[in-house]
Amino acid sequence: MNESRMWLAACTIALCLAVIAVAGCNRKPAASGSPFPASNEAAGWTKTGETRTFEAADLWKYIDGEAERYLKAGAQRVETADYRFQNKIDAVVDIYTMGAADSAAKILDSEPAGDAKSVPLGDAARLYGQSLVFRKGPALVRIVAYQESAETPQAMLDLGRKIADRLSR
Amino acid sequence: MNRGDSSRRDFLKKCATGAAVLGAAGKAWPEPVMRAEGMPLLAAAEQTAAPGKSKVVIARDAMLRGTTTTVDSSRVLSLLDRAMQSFFNVDHPAEPWKKLVRPGDTVGLKINTLGGRGLSTNVQLVEAICERLQEIGIKAQDIIIWDRDTDEMDRVGFRTSTADNRVQCFGTDRIGYEDELSTFGKVGSRLSKILTQRTNVMINLPILKDHEGAGVTIAMKNMYGVIHNPNKCHPNGCDPYVADVNMLPAVRSKMRITICDATTACYEGGPGFKPQYSWQENALMVSQDPVALDYTSWQIIEKKRAEKKLKTLEAAGRPPRYIATAADAKHQLGTNDPRRIDLIEVSA
Repeated sequence: MNESRMWLAACTIALCLAVIAVAGCNRKPAASGSPFPASNEAAGWTKTGETRTFEAADLWKYIDGEAERYLKAGAQRVETADYRFQNKIDAVVDIYTMGAADSAAKILDSEPAGDAKSVPLGDAARLYGQSLVFRKGPALVRIVAYQESAETPQAMLDLGRKIADRLSR
Repeated sequence: MNRGDSSRRDFLKKCATGAAVLGAAGKAWPEPVMRAEGMPLLAAAEQTAAPGKSKVVIARDAMLRGTTTTVDSSRVLSLLDRAMQSFFNVDHPAEPWKKLVRPGDTVGLKINTLGGRGLSTNVQLVEAICERLQEIGIKAQDIIIWDRDTDEMDRVGFRTSTADNRVQCFGTDRIGYEDELSTFGKVGSRLSKILTQRTNVMINLPILKDHEGAGVTIAMKNMYGVIHNPNKCHPNGCDPYVADVNMLPAVRSKMRITICDATTACYEGGPGFKPQYSWQENALMVSQDPVALDYTSWQIIEKKRAEKKLKTLEAAGRPPRYIATAADAKHQLGTNDPRRIDLIEVSA
């Protein structure tokens, strides 16, 4: 009697663990991989730091003051990493995972375009002298360069295209 | 209403055009409000401001960066000296600091690194302040450069230091927050132990920034970096939370002066760094009245927004209401009345 109860309990625990594992896999599709290009995947760009992730509940720790706007639009997390271009330009890449493509559009559309150039990248993109912002599906990508030079916009665009490729996988 | 609008327009014009000592004599606002250990902290500034007025100094240097993109250390030191000497109306660079601190004080330099690289308190400015403090006898180890998080500080160039006989540099994450809540109005927060236990004087070193929720974030809003739960203080455009945080006894009693780093500023998309909405103001702003400084800085941001053909913050639905709240009878943290602000602009 005791043995059969123990056997039943063990089976129940195993079943629960299996359900949890499957649910976990569903949250993070195996095919997605990292959206951050490795060093030199985009010509001249080196990834100089580890990727940091802030889930929705901790978004304020990264963008306190702006977090509310992203959360209202459906942000689930942001991943961020530092890059360097040919030892000349330092940059940070932020990739926001929003709930849906509409959510990403909501953020991008809420920001004044100013003197942005529209470039063919993702679903919509804006290129500035030191910044590239684009969205692709539910992802909103923001690249900010800390040095302005003639080659900064093209370099950001090259990096952005590699990120867009990875987001498609 | 019209009179107030007119007054504000005049103030904005003067912010834009040059040295100004604003006209109509205002009635003195209440008693000096920030005191620490018996020292009337506004006393020094009151001696040099017009009677009944709060003094705000804006010092600019168009060549602050020379031909590079980063600010030049020696020019930052000169700009700091000009700003401080003008504020205290003294001739020697060391004199202003003697009016603020004494040997034996432990001085916290509350920087702002939330915006990340590009829009954080400049290392060069902080180094210049440390230099002047040490010249008047403050020991290196009695100076603490701090913000909420050591990693954030490191990312913008502040190297961690806890070694003896050196200027200390670390975030609250290293020593934590008090266990007990400090409360005022709608705020109930645990305060950084750097503020409560490690320093007896605070010098506030914020940035001139637009803020998505609050409208602007400058002197008073920088105090969100001393509490454990800033994320709970953003409803209703941060009003009255910003004013309430500045009323917390440890904040109010230890604050001596604000030196706003307006070398790079931001008129939209803040508080994070978005280069497309930033500009190089190449200025430092000094005041012992955080409300007057915030009001003045807000007008500078509005002027830049107008230049860029953006709506006013009011029209954009995010006026910094907390500034008026900070000046109300319950808070009395300073004045937001331009007629009571003695605005001095100096240039290199």
